[in-house]
Amino acid sequence: MAHIASHNDNSATKRIWSVFIILSIVTIVEVILGIIKPAFLIDTTFIYMKLLNWIFIILTLYKAYYITWAFMHMEHETKGLRRAVVWTAVFLVSYLIFILLTEGDYIYEVYKNGHVAWNF
Amino acid sequence: MEATVVRTGTEGKTWGGGSKSPLKASYGKMMMWFFITSDALTFSAFLAAYGFSRFKFIDSWPIADEVFNHFPFLHGVDAPMYYVALMTFILIFSSVTMVLAVDAGHKMQKGKVTTYMFLTIIGGLIFVGSQAWEWKNFISGTYGAVETKGGNIIQFVDAEGERLALADVAEILPEERVLHERKNGLWYTADGEPLPSYSIDEVKKGFASHEDMLIRIQKLDENGAKTILSREESLDMINNHAMRVVEGANLSRNEYGPPLFADFFFFITGFHGFHVFTGVIINIIIFFNVILGTYEKRKSYEMVEKVGLYWHFVDLVWVFVFTFFYLV
Repeated sequence: MAHIASHNDNSATKRIWSVFIILSIVTIVEVILGIIKPAFLIDTTFIYMKLLNWIFIILTLYKAYYITWAFMHMEHETKGLRRAVVWTAVFLVSYLIFILLTEGDYIYEVYKNGHVAWNF
Repeated sequence: MEATVVRTGTEGKTWGGGSKSPLKASYGKMMMWFFITSDALTFSAFLAAYGFSRFKFIDSWPIADEVFNHFPFLHGVDAPMYYVALMTFILIFSSVTMVLAVDAGHKMQKGKVTTYMFLTIIGGLIFVGSQAWEWKNFISGTYGAVETKGGNIIQFVDAEGERLALADVAEILPEERVLHERKNGLWYTADGEPLPSYSIDEVKKGFASHEDMLIRIQKLDENGAKTILSREESLDMINNHAMRVVEGANLSRNEYGPPLFADFFFFITGFHGFHVFTGVIINIIIFFNVILGTYEKRKSYEMVEKVGLYWHFVDLVWVFVFTFFYLV
């Protein structure tokens, strides 16, 4: 960690506070969007999902990036460690999400169109 | 000592146990990262399973804004999201104080590390407390509902579509209800479920006598709001399908919607809350080590950095829980 300590004393602290401000602004935007729920964002769908939900998910990933990179100092780790941690999670989680959501949607169709009454 | 070490011919090389660490990270820090990766996969499994159940009931899932709309000292005020937003800020802020502690540790400033660690612990405790309050509201419920024979939840609204509590609907009947106890029945059966405040007959009677009351079912209409039945449909629903009164939430049924909704709420926020709790405990241990000067003697505050990684991870998970439970 010598290279961090050798940094000018204020630059690390400044980075922490600027990341805090970014995270706060993003959270406030999310809450405001969640409360007013603009009609055009709800009515527009993009790849099976409301535009509003896409915005929420992208903003969440944006926050996750800042927490991992700045707060957890991932930006100072070696490329090898970064890939071992981030790629493992990203690939396994995308696969898991894809498989489970597809299956969930399939079951929904079965409940809806099947000949067995589920709601009695 | 020297004689017992097996020579591999790779001494001095990074992976041969040389003085350089693999990936230029210390053993403890690298293992903390790998633990975090595996823990992240556990949380992803929980959240993906939540997504699975939600897609399964995509047209009848509870609306988070209607369920989580409490704020301390604001009774009966509809305040969706404000409380979880506040909790998010508390956790992000405790992350900031944690990273400031790590930063002070790099500069070997014992006093600053102590202060920032202390603030982080306080933030963590406030967060756990907030989560307990959230659970309390969720478990005790607000309005109460009725479960149908098919296991669906139906709720009561007035002519304007405003939610009504069971107390507004039910009409007290001169009847006697007794809690089933094991000692009064078959010895091998468990005690019955606690009696709800009103019996199903009282709710039926009260609903029939209030002409303006309607029933709201779980199915979402094209605007994403819960469908409200007409008076005739409502009467048919409550007289022919209503089965039992549901108040609050537990693992087998809840007044908000499918039982899975409450199950996932308890498991995901509970598992996260458990992480916050253990994080606070570990922070306290490290905090005392800082005060005792352990790291001053080691000439390295790396331990603060490692517990910091765990603490930021807890914050990271909350960011996702916040999105998928409360926003989406």
